[in-house]
Amino acid sequence: MDKTRDSLAAAVADIRDGMTVMIGGFGGAGSPIELIHALIDHGARDLTVINNNAGTGHAGLAALIEQGRVRKMICSFPRSANAEVFNAAYLAGQIELELVPQGTLAERIRAGGAGIPAFYTPTGYGTDLAKGKPQHDFDGRMYVLERWLKADIALIKAEEADQHGNLTYRMAARNFAPLMAMAAAHTIVQASRIVPLGAINPEHVITPGIFVNAVVAVPNPAQEEVLTREQVVYP
Amino acid sequence: MSTLDTVKLTSAQIAWRAAQDIEDGAYVNLGIGFPEMVARFQVAGRRAIYHTENGLLDFGQAPAAGQEDWDLINAGKRAVTLNPGASFFHHADSFAMVRGGHLDVAILGAYQVAQSGDLANWSTGPGGVPAVGGAMDLVHGAKRVAVITEHTTKKGEPKLVEHCTLPLTGVACVTRVYTSLAVIDIDAGRFVLREKLAALSLDDLQSLTGAPLHIDTPLQDLNVPEL
Repeated sequence: MDKTRDSLAAAVADIRDGMTVMIGGFGGAGSPIELIHALIDHGARDLTVINNNAGTGHAGLAALIEQGRVRKMICSFPRSANAEVFNAAYLAGQIELELVPQGTLAERIRAGGAGIPAFYTPTGYGTDLAKGKPQHDFDGRMYVLERWLKADIALIKAEEADQHGNLTYRMAARNFAPLMAMAAAHTIVQASRIVPLGAINPEHVITPGIFVNAVVAVPNPAQEEVLTREQVVYP
Repeated sequence: MSTLDTVKLTSAQIAWRAAQDIEDGAYVNLGIGFPEMVARFQVAGRRAIYHTENGLLDFGQAPAAGQEDWDLINAGKRAVTLNPGASFFHHADSFAMVRGGHLDVAILGAYQVAQSGDLANWSTGPGGVPAVGGAMDLVHGAKRVAVITEHTTKKGEPKLVEHCTLPLTGVACVTRVYTSLAVIDIDAGRFVLREKLAALSLDDLQSLTGAPLHIDTPLQDLNVPEL
């Protein structure tokens, strides 16, 4: 069993038009820039993308949106500094937005990965974001029913990976990645280092390889904050 | 009320007052923007542990310019540093800390707070690009949800109101409000005034507040040092 792939292009080759793609990261931390750029080069369109944000500058997720590949964003906080690309597309009616409270977004993804179709949460009760959703009283408090989120593809940035897809992450770049790796039918990982089997202490594995399908080495990965600051435009 | 600007607390002073109520050992989430300032005024001899939604407990100050590591950020996407004893975790664990009632205090900003404890702080209504982040989760998870805010809007309209007219973040969730003029608790659907600036009469404060102020206990002066 060897999940490593020789190139970014090979890693994303199976992505099809119309798919739902989860992309790890919170702001730039954990954003798999090289995999997103490979997806742009690959050409898939009409995508539904799930990410906490909606990209900044003109590289990474913002570039995917700027290239017109994203039909719908599911996220908690699109309105970041330097998010002009999403803002313009949204205000022009070119992209759909499903706004989800951040903890509900995380739990919906976790539920998708864990085979739990729906769950109750207090988050959002009595707000516009709960409109139309079933509600229920438990022990005198009201809760909102939320559905799982699943995806065809997850694009993940890891620090270390081995041939079986066991992963570690770097600091706060972990964020949504372990959840998305579980919730996607096909999880594609870019790792700063691919190490031999056994090199990652089993006590330190964060995402076990069962949740991972393809791994490609990207040493010295780009960082969204730096690309945005340097006004890099992709492609 | 032309004298209001000369007597009211600065943002730093509001943050200082809120910091006095954070106990030693508390696990605390500070909302992005203004609430982040509360961390600057941690009381000497107390150690609070700060949580940030993006999967980090016990972060410290911003690094020096040029020393940023963009994998080490807070929910406001600002670079931070680690304190000894820090930990990383994924987003579902992070929000289990929130919704599971493990945080002692969350301090948030506000557009409006109602006497019921309803909070509006995520949307100013239709138009523009909406964004919610973790605010709706935080208001239903922390053991104590406090707000720090100017007492009125820039136009002089009350931010403490009978009913919120802006989209709600949460229902009956706020228990204490630290404003530029007063400290007000929310108890049984009422604003209960605990502290007010000595320079301000009760009538003046009431005229700047959109719902009745009640006084249950001896009223204290709101005393904050020059900062």
